[in-house]
Formats: sequence, structure tokens, C-alpha cells
Amino acid sequence: MGNTSSMLTQYDIEEVQEHCNNTFSQQEIVSLYQRFCQLDRNSGGFISADEFLSVPEFAVNPLSQRLFRMIDGLNFKEFVAFLSAFSSRATLQHKVEFIFKVYDSDGNGKVAFSDLLDVLRDLTGQFISEQQRELVLTQVLEEAGYKKDSLLVMSDFMKILGNTGLKMEVEVPVD
Amino acid sequence: MSNLISSSPSEMDLLDRPNIEDYLPSDSIHQQQPITKLKLRDLLDISPTLTEAAGAIVDDSFTRCFKSNPPEPWNWNIYLFPLWCLGVVVRYGILFPGRVLILTLGWIIFLSCYIPVHVLLKGHDKLRKRLERALVELICSFFVASWTGVVKYHGPRPSARPKQVFVANHTSMIDFIVLEQMTAFAVIMQKHPGWVGLLQSTILESVGCIWFNRSEAKDREIVTRKLREHVEGADNNPLLIFPEGTCVNNHYTVMFKKGAFELGATVCPIAIKYNKIFVDAFWNSRKQSFTTHLLQLMCSWAVVCDVWYLEPQKIKPGETAIEFAERVRQIISVRAGLKMVPWDGYLKYSRPSPKHRERKQQNFAESVLRQLEEK
Repeated sequence: MGNTSSMLTQYDIEEVQEHCNNTFSQQEIVSLYQRFCQLDRNSGGFISADEFLSVPEFAVNPLSQRLFRMIDGLNFKEFVAFLSAFSSRATLQHKVEFIFKVYDSDGNGKVAFSDLLDVLRDLTGQFISEQQRELVLTQVLEEAGYKKDSLLVMSDFMKILGNTGLKMEVEVPVD
Repeated sequence: MSNLISSSPSEMDLLDRPNIEDYLPSDSIHQQQPITKLKLRDLLDISPTLTEAAGAIVDDSFTRCFKSNPPEPWNWNIYLFPLWCLGVVVRYGILFPGRVLILTLGWIIFLSCYIPVHVLLKGHDKLRKRLERALVELICSFFVASWTGVVKYHGPRPSARPKQVFVANHTSMIDFIVLEQMTAFAVIMQKHPGWVGLLQSTILESVGCIWFNRSEAKDREIVTRKLREHVEGADNNPLLIFPEGTCVNNHYTVMFKKGAFELGATVCPIAIKYNKIFVDAFWNSRKQSFTTHLLQLMCSWAVVCDVWYLEPQKIKPGETAIEFAERVRQIISVRAGLKMVPWDGYLKYSRPSPKHRERKQQNFAESVLRQLEEK
């Protein structure tokens, strides 16, 4: 009787909440679970890159290809953890870390000039030439006191982005 | 991974779409900051784009269009439960066999009249056409009766005239049956496999229906040519097109294909709204076959729906086919209480064109260049 589909127990929800440092309320996790099941079309328990691409609004995003590295094959816990950076309860540190991870493609904790260039290329496509991109990047790096061959680490990102009033919030629809 | 994106439709398809940007909240696209000197943090801060991506993962308007609504359970308390059980017994034990009987009877009557008419009246084309038309309407009435269709028609009943085309929103193949029982429309439809395909190629072809295959690019030209010929013919059945090209769950309308709107014919909009109290009439072709869908309808209490024949529309001077299509979509959406979304329904089968991404890239690139000049 009643609605038995997609029922998470209190244990499940608390476990997921703990995994994402309580950035989402229980209601939000229930909503996210429904969304997860919807995106996971073949009910495999994880969402593949192709399933993410079936959302056109995501597929047209300039950074979608880059995000694949982080989202391909996520199970529900990882899915929530991935989205937790966008919660209004997430700390600034958490959000900046997320951005840092997007840049740090090889995951070695350092962002090189080429990483910066890659992201800028994703964002601007064919509308700025490669030389111009390099020029722009070198220029702003030098103005901020870095050099072209300096490797940026997390604390640099925190220094650069920490006081910009980062607005990176997504509201989870709760019914 | 990139081939997933670039395998999107050809140039021709791109022209077929309104601008998605017209619908999306403007602040997500035009980030018109006051022009200041470009700083490192402006380039490093990719949070707006990331927020958009995460927002689309959490919720998006496209997926909502094709979400079937699960039946509302009302068997949740001890008093209602026996009643609900009684309902199940009545629906499956009495209504369903009765309806199968009605449908079988309908088919027997239909076929025993149709075959002689089709074979014997070879010389008398006019009479044959009229009789066949009436018979197709008859069998559709039997179909509607087999799910106790409670259909309310509003507005004038369409008549066969040249130079007009009817367009309707699309929820299920039963839309066609519901409309066909009143008027023998000639319909443009996707070619289906199985018994539906057999009906399409034998009986429905005689009413002048046109079939195509969504994935065949060359079918597009053939259909366009056939459409024009059909609309010009004076004695042809009125033409019915579902310009969404795919079934939507009757809460939203996806973009209309412009084909129906560039024939130079008068467009007569039809709005169809299903009442979901007994059953959800949305045919989710990914999840169920048409046969299961029909069985589901036949096992429910009734299919309740409203059909509005709306004011005929002509293309305004200076209006493009796409603008015209959007205007008609607006009219239908308002009448049937549907929300308009900017997506092409064919995105169910393919990926969005790179054009939309390029638009975003261009915006960002321009803002970077603008800031750079400001020294």
C-alpha cells in the first residue's frame, strides 16, 4: 500500500548526509535520490557520462566535457558528494576546492599554465585565438604576481577566489 | 567523448529551432559586469558555468516533459482498501473483458465492410473514399469506446477543405484515435513496427496518411513534397500534424517543427488536454509498447479528455515559419494549460547542436576581450 518506490531509510539518508558533511537536508537527499533514479535510466545504480549528456541543458554547457572526469559513473553517494559543493551550506573552502579540482586535471594538487589554458579554451572556444588566450593568461598571471611557469596550489586559489563573493549555489527542489 | 556531442543533426536542422536563449533566464547568459580591468580572478572564477551545469543535473525542463506521472494510490487505509479491491475486480474482471468484446466486435464489423468496399468498388473512387472514411471513423469510435473515452469536443467540427492543415499537441497515439473518430484526418506519423505498422500501411493509407521514419534524412524531403501535394488536393481528407514530433506528458509542449507552418495553408490549432483522474494517457514509448499502453487504458475506469478546435491562424506578413509555429504553440499551450519549453523533442534521440554551446563561449570570449581592451 502507498508509495513504496524509492524509499530510503533513515540509516541510508544519515549515511549519505555524513558522506557529504551535512550539506543537504534529509528532504533534499530524498529529492536528489528521485532525480538520481530518473537520470539512471538503465537502473544500474550509477550514472554514466552518456546518461548525463541526455540532459540537453547539461550537454550544452561549455565545461560539460571537462566535468566528465569527475562525474562519469557516479553512484548515489558520490553523486550527492559531487553536488554538495553547490549547497548553500557548503563552506567557501569546499567551493574553491571544487573549482580547483576542475582545473587540476591530473589530480596532482598543482595547476599549471596548461591547465588554465585548457579551461579557458573550453570557455571561449573558437572565439579567441590560441595566441591571444596565452597572451591574456600570461598577462593576468603576471599582474597577480605569478609567472607563466609557476604552479598554483590550493592556497593560491583560496587567495585569489576567497574574497570575490563566490556565488555557487543550486537549490534542490523539494516537494 | 567528443563524438557524442558532434554527432548532432545537420545544418538544416539548426534552422528548425527557435533560440533557446530566448527562454533561459537572461542573467545566466549575458553576464554584463561593469567593464573593469581584467584580473586573474575573473578568469579563474568559473563558478557561473559550474552552477549552470550543476543546476541542470539537479533539475531540467527537458526531462520533466517526458516524465510519466505514477498513479495516485488511494488504497492506503483500511476503509478504502476493500473498495479499491472491488474496483480492481470490476476493472479487470468485468470492464476489461467487456471492452475486449466491444473491440473485437468493432473489428469484425469494420473488416467485413472494409474489405468488400475496398475490393468491389474499385471503379467508383469517390464513393469508395467516402465509405472508407466513414468506416475508419467507425473503428476509431470502437477504440474510444473500448477505454470508455469521455471526450468533450469544443468548437466547430473540422470539414474537408483544401489549403488547411490541423496541428495538435501530442500525448499519445490515442490522440489520433480521439480526433479521427470525429473527422477522418490524414495524419503524418512516424512509421511504427508491429501491428500498428501493419494498420498504417494497409488501412490508414487509404485515408491518405503519410508515414516517415524519423531517423531517415531523405524521408524529410519526400514528406515535405507529399505534404504540399496533399494540401493542394481539393478532395483529400483534412491533414493532421503533430508538430512536436514526439509524445509529451501533457504538462508541457516542446518545440514545434516548422514543416506544417510553411505550406502556405491555413493552420487550425487543436488543443488536447487529458484529465488524469483515472489514468495517465501519456505514452512513454521508451518504457512501454503501444499494446501495453492500450491495455493499460482498457483496464482503467475511463479516459477523460477535452478537445478544443481553435481559431484558424494565417501566417502574418513578415513572420517567419518558426515565429508562426511558436505563435500557434502559444495558442495551444494557453488553451490546454501546458507550459512551453524551448527544447526540440528529437533531443530524446540525439544530442543538442554545438551551436548553443558556441553561443555561450562567444559571450564569454567577448566579455574577456572587452575587459582586456580596458587598460
